[in-house]
Amino acid sequence: MTTQTLAGSHDVLRAQIRWRWSEVAFWLATLLPFVLAPNYLVLASQVAITALFVLSFDLILGFSGIVSLGHAAYFGTGAYTAGLLSVWGWGEPLSGLAIAALAAGLFGYLTSFIVARFRHLALIMITLGIGLVIEEVANHASWLTGGFDGLQGIHTWPLFNTFRFDLYGYTAYSYALVVLFLIFLVARRLIHSPFGLALRGIRENGQRMPAIGAPTRAHIRTIYTIAAIIAGIAGAMLAQTTETVSLESLGFQRSADVLVMLILGGTGRLYGGLVGTIVYMVARDQFSGLNPQYWYFWIGLLLIAVVMLLPNGILGGLTLLARRLGMKP
Amino acid sequence: MSGTALSARGLNKSFGSLVVADDVALDLPAGVRYALIGPNGAGKTTLINLMTGMLRPDAGAIFLGDNEITALPPEQRVRLGLVRTYQVNSLFPHLTALESVTLAVCERRRVARNWWRELTAYSQEIDEAHDILAALTLAAVCHRLTRELAYGQQRLLEIALALATRPKVLLLDEPAAGVPREESKELFAAIAGLSRDITVLFIEHDMDLVFRFASRVIVMVGGRVLVEGTPSDIAADQRVRAVYLGKSHHG
Repeated sequence: MTTQTLAGSHDVLRAQIRWRWSEVAFWLATLLPFVLAPNYLVLASQVAITALFVLSFDLILGFSGIVSLGHAAYFGTGAYTAGLLSVWGWGEPLSGLAIAALAAGLFGYLTSFIVARFRHLALIMITLGIGLVIEEVANHASWLTGGFDGLQGIHTWPLFNTFRFDLYGYTAYSYALVVLFLIFLVARRLIHSPFGLALRGIRENGQRMPAIGAPTRAHIRTIYTIAAIIAGIAGAMLAQTTETVSLESLGFQRSADVLVMLILGGTGRLYGGLVGTIVYMVARDQFSGLNPQYWYFWIGLLLIAVVMLLPNGILGGLTLLARRLGMKP
Repeated sequence: MSGTALSARGLNKSFGSLVVADDVALDLPAGVRYALIGPNGAGKTTLINLMTGMLRPDAGAIFLGDNEITALPPEQRVRLGLVRTYQVNSLFPHLTALESVTLAVCERRRVARNWWRELTAYSQEIDEAHDILAALTLAAVCHRLTRELAYGQQRLLEIALALATRPKVLLLDEPAAGVPREESKELFAAIAGLSRDITVLFIEHDMDLVFRFASRVIVMVGGRVLVEGTPSDIAADQRVRAVYLGKSHHG
């Protein structure tokens, strides 16, 4: 009897990790823009890059309960690192990505020592402060960053010395999509690991963790650094594919946007951030075509509606709907 | 095991003018079942907070076995075997019971930092967690979310989490708080059934439970240890009767 229930337990846990059909369908659907909307590949590449940034944010907010209003600091660090490398004469994209990841990760690691000490409102203020400081530093160091005008003269070499970054975004979207997918696989593995379980423990009850012998701050430092690395990779890809970097890449607006996109889609479920990014960015593209100045009016309305009606975001709502219809999500 | 499992020397703690621990000294011999009793505000929970590192004493020293642990943070004390539970359920609402206990086992075995292997690869840890839950009659509900468990089951899960750390000394802060009388006897039977390698100190208000399950009793009043002895010593002690038991005791 006991062994049977034991084996049953392993099955239940294994079932949570198994790939679902909806996941396979989602990733197949990311290939559709190549066929259905070849004129929108530039937008698609920016959606994929932003989705990667939101994914990194989900790891700290959604899975670990670390609220941040300064996550763009790491995105911007990656963007400026990749941009500067190119300006200084090294435009090879993959090594640029790796160096940008290193720089953002180092900055994330250093700041994680402050971040891991605080919670709640204090944490929001501290991350906001980190974001503001780095933005002003970048603004002030205009000899390096180009300041308000942005970084000029970026030229990204062809990928694998073969695929040029064309005007239609064909290479850009392929590049962004492959990097997004690979990092998604890493993130998916991470959240289903013992470390992922520990992060959920911190989110659920950070105070209780020391009482089961958990080094909470060390865990927070690790995931914060990992999230910074991923954000830096996303920033570097934006710099490489658009061949510009502006202060906007590490500004408060971007930190707020990443929060909005994740909450729209649904926190703590990996795909929530991806869905939220698609909805947000496609809607912005459509709405701003109609009436640009009202864009934030609509997004504000959407945010209120989603939070009021769908507490777990769009994806939470979809899961609920699928369950009502008797489908396995 | 023999000798002293946990001891304190000259512990002092005050918040402003409020003295919550006044020169507290304590020796828990290995393997005993201690009850810590005293009126509300006597400093019982404060003492557990001081012992486990949740509060810093103003003065004094704490020893686990022969090691001084006064300066160690809570999680390191847990790793050395000094573990507590909470009077008010302090659990992980959206983790299942099995996930919660597996987490505690993973932390103890130092695999909770591994993020490149899936949890299901750690079958030893999962099996151990399952065994702990089964021993506390929670196997049937181990896949329920913690917040969906009945209150009494949540109290048992508190103990399961503590056991998953393989404690040498277990400090239980009112383990049966809020549990109906009948169930609290079952809960204490589970505590009484713990390995004798584990030294247990529990705070409890129900004198029937104290006298049934404790081998020794410590009485605290106003941040001080008033008296320490066997249950029959305590029942006969005039001072204890005066300050605490009053007329309600019918032993």
